[in-house]
Amino acid sequence: MPLTIGVLALQGDVREHLTSLTALGVTAIGVRRVAELDGCDGLVLPGGESTTIAKLARIFDLDDAIRSRIAGQMPVFGTCAGMILLADRIRDGAAGQETFGGIDMTVRRNAFGRQVDSFEDELSVTGVAGPVHAVFIRAPWVEETGPGVEVLATASDHPVVVRQGPLLATSFHPEVDDDGRLHRLFLEGF
Amino acid sequence: MATETSTTGTPGVKRGMAEMLKGGVIMDVVTPDQAKIAEDAGAVAVMALERVPADIRAQGGVSRMSDPDMIDGIIEAVSIPVMAKARIGHFVEAQVLQSLGVDYIDESEVLTPVDYENHIDKWAFTVPFVCGATNLGEALRRITEGAAMIRSKGEAGTGDASNAVTHMRTLRSQIRRLATLSADELYVAAKELQAPYELVKEVAGTGKLPVVLFTAGGIATPADAALMMQLGAEGVFVGSGIFKSGNPAQRAEAIVKATTFFDDPDVLAKVSRGLGEAMVGINVEDIPQPHRLAERGW
Repeated sequence: MPLTIGVLALQGDVREHLTSLTALGVTAIGVRRVAELDGCDGLVLPGGESTTIAKLARIFDLDDAIRSRIAGQMPVFGTCAGMILLADRIRDGAAGQETFGGIDMTVRRNAFGRQVDSFEDELSVTGVAGPVHAVFIRAPWVEETGPGVEVLATASDHPVVVRQGPLLATSFHPEVDDDGRLHRLFLEGF
Repeated sequence: MATETSTTGTPGVKRGMAEMLKGGVIMDVVTPDQAKIAEDAGAVAVMALERVPADIRAQGGVSRMSDPDMIDGIIEAVSIPVMAKARIGHFVEAQVLQSLGVDYIDESEVLTPVDYENHIDKWAFTVPFVCGATNLGEALRRITEGAAMIRSKGEAGTGDASNAVTHMRTLRSQIRRLATLSADELYVAAKELQAPYELVKEVAGTGKLPVVLFTAGGIATPADAALMMQLGAEGVFVGSGIFKSGNPAQRAEAIVKATTFFDDPDVLAKVSRGLGEAMVGINVEDIPQPHRLAERGW
């Protein structure tokens, strides 16, 4: 049976992740309800607005369901807003902004600046052969990591790709490129 | 603060920013307090402006870019992206907005155009632009000028979504029609659309615009938002519909939920309850032709 990977489909660039995952031969589905999450072997938290996604997850009772699956070692891959949602602690969040947590790190929202500071760059990522084209959009970075967190890439001296057990997070958007190597890295965690 | 080898202002980051807004609601706000209400309600971005379209329509006069102090106040108040409007063709207003650090500029027919021939050369900016369109040719001309996001125009400030529906249906059906043409028919299609052949060919091949397509103009209820999403919008701008209604916070949140669950009537029924008065509204038919905003821009 191929893996079924959910993409949290409350808001954001869901379609790009579904396309990236499908190209790698897994079954990819959008997740907006707890019942849909129950059918997934892993979950992707897409790019988007972290405040919006967190709010909708709370209203539709997905937040505790996702936290409990993360506690149960479900693999999760978060990009940009998804990285924020996987952080145990955030800085420059909106008042009272919540995350799902899971990775022992502090993430600063919009750390690279506003949209005029958004940029593209080539990065080297541990575990991925060759340079990775990275699109950073109002991107967060990681400010502090706990002992269990591996830093796989940095930009401006801050971690931008991190992994802790089955959880992987990037500040940038591998889903907007037809690349697939970071999604493959995530799937190697199964 | 990017790294030494990085590049800013690329089509990738401009169009990519709009991709991240998909499935979301962008709300017009005129004060920092309204911006906070919008953020708390789950807006993906706010549009900072001095008067909502309904008031622009009621008060008349020349409508311009907002006061920089007011935009600063809104940027300070919220953590989500802040957009602002420049007049059609007013590239200096756009330069000012870019200098203020807004995240997206709407070259908008809601303001009074300053140039009745030329739109802004949007490639010249680091900040991305969204532009309105009533049909595919207009959308492709704006993309040619550098727009990184398109919204169907609708008729702003009315609470009447009928033009939003017309424009979205027109855009989508013209895109579908292109996909049915043979390669040698695309040259004439480009001529008819008054748009560059290369872009026409791309849309015919992919069956979609090369940039994100939102809807705008007259959306006032959760059902309006869901209707536009079912018709193919990738997200929603709500102008006067929220803060001209009886209970803005609750209505804003209901429209956010309806945009995510646009295809689930049970959720839509639930979120449509108990919202109080919607904005009063004006039928587009009752507005004399010269006062219709959608006809600004070409």
